[in-house]
Amino acid sequence: MTTNKPIIKTENLCKAFGEIEVLKGISTEIQKGEVVVIIGASGSGKSTFLRTLNLLEEPTSGQIFFEDTDITAPSVNVNLHRRKMGMVFQQFNLFPHMTILKNMTIAPIKLLGVQKAKAEEKAMELLKKVGLADRANAYPSQLSGGQKQRVAIVRALCMEPEVMLFDEPTSALDPEMVGEVLAVIKDLAKSGMTMAVVTHEMGFAKEVADRILFIEDGVIMEEGTPDEIFNNPKSPRLRDFLSKVL
Amino acid sequence: MQNFSTFALNVFSDIIHEFEFVFIEGERYNQMIKGFFNTLKITAGALGIGVIIGIVVAAIRSTFDKNATAMKRRGGIGYWLLAFLNYVCKIYLTVIRGTPVVVQLMIAYFVIFVSIKDGVPIGIFAFGINSGAYVAEIFRGGIMSIDKGQFEAGRSLGLNYFQTMVYIIIPQAFKNVLPTLCNEFIALLKETSVAGYVGVMDLTKAGNSIAGRTYSYFVPLLTVAAIYLLIVMVLTTLVGKLERRLRNSDH
Repeated sequence: MTTNKPIIKTENLCKAFGEIEVLKGISTEIQKGEVVVIIGASGSGKSTFLRTLNLLEEPTSGQIFFEDTDITAPSVNVNLHRRKMGMVFQQFNLFPHMTILKNMTIAPIKLLGVQKAKAEEKAMELLKKVGLADRANAYPSQLSGGQKQRVAIVRALCMEPEVMLFDEPTSALDPEMVGEVLAVIKDLAKSGMTMAVVTHEMGFAKEVADRILFIEDGVIMEEGTPDEIFNNPKSPRLRDFLSKVL
Repeated sequence: MQNFSTFALNVFSDIIHEFEFVFIEGERYNQMIKGFFNTLKITAGALGIGVIIGIVVAAIRSTFDKNATAMKRRGGIGYWLLAFLNYVCKIYLTVIRGTPVVVQLMIAYFVIFVSIKDGVPIGIFAFGINSGAYVAEIFRGGIMSIDKGQFEAGRSLGLNYFQTMVYIIIPQAFKNVLPTLCNEFIALLKETSVAGYVGVMDLTKAGNSIAGRTYSYFVPLLTVAAIYLLIVMVLTTLVGKLERRLRNSDH
């Protein structure tokens, strides 16, 4: 499924919040069509790393190349690149004052100049895929957590992104709703979407990942295929981490 | 029983007579009408100016609060321009909120606009500048109260800072601040009662002047109070309706 063309490449990425260094030099590549799952303990920097990829957190130093453009350069209009990087948050972050349909169509209409009818047609198609077509005119407050997260995923897809970033997409969900959201993400992975996923769901990571990054203390401590990570962990820290979460 | 109803009737007819004497005789009701409209004019005008100033100042202050560190790191003139504007806004807020509105009004009338003799436009100006400071802080509070995730969701879709503000943040903030904003409008309406200090025939001044002319204070002042109360009640009802309309997303 992967081709040898990095769509995202980071070089020596560092991020500090005041005195606290959260990322201490992360260099990696994400190939087109690749599903990269990022695991690690709380506070290890894995969410910060994901959030620097679309510059929600500005790195203190280091570079991020998105489709060969260094998006950390001051002259780059990051808004144009963010359109191609969909992001799904732990807290869903749907816009509460808009209907589901409006949530999904505002960005394509305002940014891509898509006609309202066209944008709604596409949104309805995506809603149908995730089984929420009948909720198109509801407001987010009328939806369950799992439904909200499924809407958040298809809202990002409405912009036809090149990459999808998932920041602990199931961590805020009731246990019985985790499955429905993971199923949508799995389908997306199968469709060939390039993805970076921060998660605590190890079973999901095993199943869907092409490559797993284990982040510890602001660096990539270990990386490899799910088999390498889960069955042959090399570093003691990873072994320790896995013994706690599995 | 017989005695009581006679008494009540007498009081009632006394008040009617008083009313006729105070307002109808010499067509003094004209003064009240003029005062009523002047009060409305000053309040509405000041409201418009206050909201515009409020939005601009709140936008500058919250943009600075949210983006200063990032802009400083990126460098360029933008940061310094924004820092300067933010500083000017802070001075404006400190001075306006730190001095009484009557004093501001008199400074506007007797010091700044000496050549203008009509107090109404000066009242609109002075109360507008004053109200803007309070509205700015109300709006800023509203903007800052919106969850950071809303902002991030907007930006992650590719909306720029301005678009995220206009489509995502401000509509939510506005809904949240509406009750406080209504409070400010009520306060503004009542504050305009000091417009008489610069010779404006507003509602309070009209009542007071009639009272002075007729040596009857009871009816004119209670009428003035009742009219203020009525305006506030109408305003509250209208804002309540707007609030209910905006709340349709919180089923």
